[in-house]
Amino acid sequence: MKLLTHNLLSSHVRGVGPRGFPLRLQATEVRINNVEFNPDFVARMIPKVEWEVLLEAADHLHLIEVPKGPIQGYEQDETFLRKMHHVLLEVEVLEGTLQCPESGRMFPISRGIPNMLLSSEETET
Amino acid sequence: MRTVMATMALPGPLNRYLLLMAQEHLEFRLPEIKSLLSLFGGQFTTSQETYGKSPFWILNIPSEDIARNLMKRTVCAKSIFELWGHGKSPEELYGSLKNYPVEKMVPFLHSDSTYKIKIHTFNKTLTQEEKVKRIDALEFLPFEGKVNLKKPQHIFSILEDYGLDPNCIPENPHNIYFGRWVSSFLFHLSDSSLFLHGTVCCWRKGTVFCSTLYPTSVCFELRKASRKNQKWRGPDENIRANLRQYGLEKYYLDVLVSDASKPSWRKGAYFDAIITDPPYGIRESTRRTGSQKEVPKGIEKCPESHVPVSLSYHLSDMFSDLLNFAAETLLLGGRLVYWLPVYTPEYVILKNFIFNFIFSWCLTSTREGAAEGRKTGHLTTVPEFWVKMRSGLEIFRMQKNRDQYSHLLSDQFLPYQGHNSFREKYFSGVTKRIAKEEKSSQE
Repeated sequence: MKLLTHNLLSSHVRGVGPRGFPLRLQATEVRINNVEFNPDFVARMIPKVEWEVLLEAADHLHLIEVPKGPIQGYEQDETFLRKMHHVLLEVEVLEGTLQCPESGRMFPISRGIPNMLLSSEETET
Repeated sequence: MRTVMATMALPGPLNRYLLLMAQEHLEFRLPEIKSLLSLFGGQFTTSQETYGKSPFWILNIPSEDIARNLMKRTVCAKSIFELWGHGKSPEELYGSLKNYPVEKMVPFLHSDSTYKIKIHTFNKTLTQEEKVKRIDALEFLPFEGKVNLKKPQHIFSILEDYGLDPNCIPENPHNIYFGRWVSSFLFHLSDSSLFLHGTVCCWRKGTVFCSTLYPTSVCFELRKASRKNQKWRGPDENIRANLRQYGLEKYYLDVLVSDASKPSWRKGAYFDAIITDPPYGIRESTRRTGSQKEVPKGIEKCPESHVPVSLSYHLSDMFSDLLNFAAETLLLGGRLVYWLPVYTPEYVILKNFIFNFIFSWCLTSTREGAAEGRKTGHLTTVPEFWVKMRSGLEIFRMQKNRDQYSHLLSDQFLPYQGHNSFREKYFSGVTKRIAKEEKSSQE
């Protein structure tokens, strides 16, 4: 699971609603993958990022050099885009958990794949 | 020099290309080629729309680059040739070839080059002798290069069309073409439904939730295989492995396991496209997660490989979930592509349901040519698509045109609830239908 995905995922445990975001990330195994840099793609992702959530997740994974927020003219700023590319797309959580901030429900991440399934008792009816 | 400059000053003349189409996904070929041409800067003129079932299509394309790009993305075309001549008989073909400008041939025929000539026949097999005869007959062309059968620089092809009816093969071909081979397709049809989706979407690809062939959108694979006796797809069975196979892994983003009826995405619009092949309950019955047993309290903390029991999931519920999800998470202008089963009366009911939803809320869709007057509508190409099990599926493309979104109220679903008999209808009807068809074909 990449940090971009973490930035978009929310818990959907019954009664949690919008308070199911962001999921608390715990990682026991992290891998850095080389992903081909595509400045246009990264630039398009920037407005979609919830920064506080990203910073917290990055901090938890002890990532350094994470931009604190979008900067003026970032579309043309390769240094900035490369840093964002790394954080959003190259850092991959292989093993760990995502925890619902409201209910405490844990969602496992196994072999890089988060399992967001819930039992019927836990979901909205 | 003067001619060259004159040519450059004018917009490039359209060259004629021969497209050899695959004889599968017939109804899909036109929308695919149209989409690709518009994507790469070509244009599909009305005179090009009349090929029907024939595997031979002649297209006017402004440049060879566009032709090559087309072949990189298509799954419906097998090969593309620069068309040098075409006729209904050998004589007509040779006449046509003699009229083809020599200056356009020479760059590919000069003495330093190597070449070979291939013969493709459609609906007939030729003997080696017949093939050699046809190649020999082309000696009037100014071939000066050396023949090289293993690694030629240029490949030329004679293509003969003996019609579509395998029970009625004519002595002489209906059409004969000669051209210079330009490119052949990259994908295999068996793997192609994902790519078809992506192309109709006009840009990007992936499966089930948001995806790309292009790096400008997001690729999430969200569902699992739910066929009987099939477990969760393993990591090597997923889209990432598929993309790797095609050298497209760099476009892969992420995969997760989730229930499409309860999307685990935060609020907001961030998808460029959602591409999905919903289960209609024929091959895979529709399910969503649920639980039939009491789960003991206390073990809910991170049940490692919890796979909940599936509950039946009505087709109309599934579509409302899908449409709500798309309306919520698509960016403005983003697209939703999915298949819809064409099986009356459910087809009509579902379509009414979808259209009712669409016009009530923020996704719009119109049938091509049918409802062009609708202001917010975006053209949707809807060919009828027959899969192997003889169930018709239509592909739908919808575009998000409004930003305002609110969930469809549950009472608006009421007229459509309980229509889950598609599967039963299919299996009861199909047996009768096949029997009927077989009977009539014997008569």
